[in-house]
Amino acid sequence: MSEERIQTVAATLAARMGTEVVHDNGQVVVRVPRERIVEAATALRDEFGFQVAEDLTAVDYWQRREPRFDLVYHFFSYEHADVLTVRVAVAEGEEVPSITGVFPGANWYEREVYDMFGIPFAGHPDLRRIIMPYDWEGHPLRKDYPLGYEEVQFTFNFDEIESKKVKGRR
Amino acid sequence: MLEPIEVSAEELRHLVSERALKGETVLLNMGPQHPSTHGVLRLLVELDGEQVLNVVPDIGFLHTGIEKNMEAKRYWQAEVMTDRMDYLNPIGNNLAYCLAVEKLTGLEVPPRAQAIRVILAELQRISSHLVWLGTHLLDLGATSLFLYTFREREFILDIFEMVSGARMMTTYIRPGGLWRDVPDGFEETVRAFLKAFPRRLKQYEALVTKNPIYRDRTRRIGVLSKEDAMRWGVTGPMLRASGVAYDTRKARPYCGYEQYDFDIPTQESGDVYARYLVRVEEMRQSLRIIKQALDNLPGGAVRSDDRRYMPPPREEIGVSMEALIRHFKFWTEGFAPPKGSAYAAVESPRGTLAVFIESDGTPHPYRVHVRTPSFANLQALPLMAKGAMIADLVAIAGSVDIVLGDVDR
Repeated sequence: MSEERIQTVAATLAARMGTEVVHDNGQVVVRVPRERIVEAATALRDEFGFQVAEDLTAVDYWQRREPRFDLVYHFFSYEHADVLTVRVAVAEGEEVPSITGVFPGANWYEREVYDMFGIPFAGHPDLRRIIMPYDWEGHPLRKDYPLGYEEVQFTFNFDEIESKKVKGRR
Repeated sequence: MLEPIEVSAEELRHLVSERALKGETVLLNMGPQHPSTHGVLRLLVELDGEQVLNVVPDIGFLHTGIEKNMEAKRYWQAEVMTDRMDYLNPIGNNLAYCLAVEKLTGLEVPPRAQAIRVILAELQRISSHLVWLGTHLLDLGATSLFLYTFREREFILDIFEMVSGARMMTTYIRPGGLWRDVPDGFEETVRAFLKAFPRRLKQYEALVTKNPIYRDRTRRIGVLSKEDAMRWGVTGPMLRASGVAYDTRKARPYCGYEQYDFDIPTQESGDVYARYLVRVEEMRQSLRIIKQALDNLPGGAVRSDDRRYMPPPREEIGVSMEALIRHFKFWTEGFAPPKGSAYAAVESPRGTLAVFIESDGTPHPYRVHVRTPSFANLQALPLMAKGAMIADLVAIAGSVDIVLGDVDR
């Protein structure tokens, strides 16, 4: 793993995207604007020798931060054996351009994020739920999705749940 | 009476060809209970006669919400869930999780714990490949090898039982080291295995490698090109069978793998047979690593003594009030790593297994994501299966070495 190379790559990409490089427990993280993720991915593949989008996931900062989600991409280069982390901030309801055209391996990962977080990817060839049943409601890995079997009363849905209790449907 | 389920044509339109919608080709449902899918995987297969035109994998039947559950657990509780993901590789899952937690907290692992981690991870790799070898041949109709490979696997599971008390769900590797030191007799038992296993491996090879039926059924079947394997994120023995000499243990060393001398077996043909050859050779390389680690097994502690993230040693609790309080606080409140995120990758028997943890400075992980190798490897199944015969689909799906617990999490 060449430390200098990944620093140069990150600095170049960050300069082009108008952001800064962040270091987080050994990861080199670059923030990329949502609209320019395909451009960044293409540059990573064609100019910087990253062959695969090794991992893609999301983090939900519900009620902690706006925009609400962070997409976390991990790009990997087989030649240089280094990982670059790219983070994309996404607000609720916003569409993210799909990188499947650049890295086909991101296909199922984008479907998983769509399924679990409800972040749609524009231009994805087959954007269906992948893990949950196709008629499932809600997105389980969101922070406002309760873990338990009983729906949790938050301030925004307090009355709704209260009304159900009165009717005796629960 | 079972009612037939109606599937609208719209839903299928982009998944299958025009011919299937006209009824010229057959849509066949393979799974989720089909024995050769090794778990609960459903494949929607489009057939023209016996030829496979397309395969659409449908996963999620074994989804247990492990990532969501981990968010509600403390760091030391969440590790227990990792055993249950890839149930053929619990040690490797523990290891990936612990490496990520160690990156977050900056815990240093003593050299003895590192060496024992390597020994157990390599034993686990052998046991996982043994399950694969047995079941893969069982799929193809060779029943006898299954009995032999499971005999050897028992030996390894006995070693795990010896060190951790559990045969499969070990949770033996902990953040900062190990649960406790290995018991007396561990070294002799592993050495007995090292002595016995090479001969057994030769017996397997005598049964399989030159077996004309096996060769006919696996050579030039399910070919995956080097470029496709790389682009689709395929890792592990499948990638190496396609001619890419990539191994996380070499490229991104962890647990001191850089000090061991071993080779990365590769094959060029990228077919089912190549994957068999790679996995068998990998078992041999694992033996080499275990031998080197055993020969140079350092002494000393097996867990870090960083009191911020580790419980106090048992012997202190009886004599020190502070240690008792700390013990109580540790096992009730847990420990809180600083804010930030960490990403740690290991080489599991199936490929690159990576754990991403985001911490918000509380004792509960804010988000845990596991990049499992089977998920990405299964993605490439349609590429390999297109154009194959329906009977070969079983061999191809088996050669991926999927563990559905690993795919669905």
